Amino acid sequence: MSLEISREFVDAILAQSRAEYPEECCGVILGPIGSGKPVRMKPMINSAHSPTFYEFDPKDLLALYREVDEMDEEIVVIYHSHTDTEAHPSRTDIAYAGEPGAHYVLVSTREEIAPQTEFRSFRIVNGVVTEEIVVIAG
Amino acid sequence: MSIEVRIPTILRPFTKDQKIVSATGSTLAEAIANLDEQYPGIGERLLENGALRRFINVYVNDEDVRFSGALLTALKSGDSITILPAVAGG
Repeated sequence: MSLEISREFVDAILAQSRAEYPEECCGVILGPIGSGKPVRMKPMINSAHSPTFYEFDPKDLLALYREVDEMDEEIVVIYHSHTDTEAHPSRTDIAYAGEPGAHYVLVSTREEIAPQTEFRSFRIVNGVVTEEIVVIAG
Repeated sequence: MSIEVRIPTILRPFTKDQKIVSATGSTLAEAIANLDEQYPGIGERLLENGALRRFINVYVNDEDVRFSGALLTALKSGDSITILPAVAGG
């Protein structure tokens, strides 16, 4: 299992995580249904505005799913940042993970590794976390 | 009376992969009970201690039911329920 993603998206997610620090940032990358390819990035608002929690606003969530349906797309990547811990799904991330087909991307902007950052991808299915290889293209 | 229910990917194993199913009931609680009769086990994925689970969002005609009475939200024929897992975490 792996995630193939363009350099442009990786940079954009890291930039968003820095811009919204110390809050966690979040968003999705959509792709044509059935393709598994991340092609359209959509940053989302963290309605929790918290350094330790993120949540898509329920209204935004509904609008997102409606849009995905209308455009014949699927949610390929769900990403969020960790501001003080490593880029690995937390217990809460695992409890909430509701898209078994998505790549869960985590980035970390924690101070101890600065200016380095982490960018990692996982599958979370029925509470089981599997890390996958990230292939950055272009 | 029939109400359309949109099922998220994660719950489609209960509905034999159907994305849209129908249910009956005059409140959301009744519609969920009816869904659970048709698709045993789905109710438990939506409810916990008699309330909607924290990480499940339910909309009736695109309105979040948290603001319309939750499980007591009234339903009528032709209404549409959308169930979505919250996208959230720590």
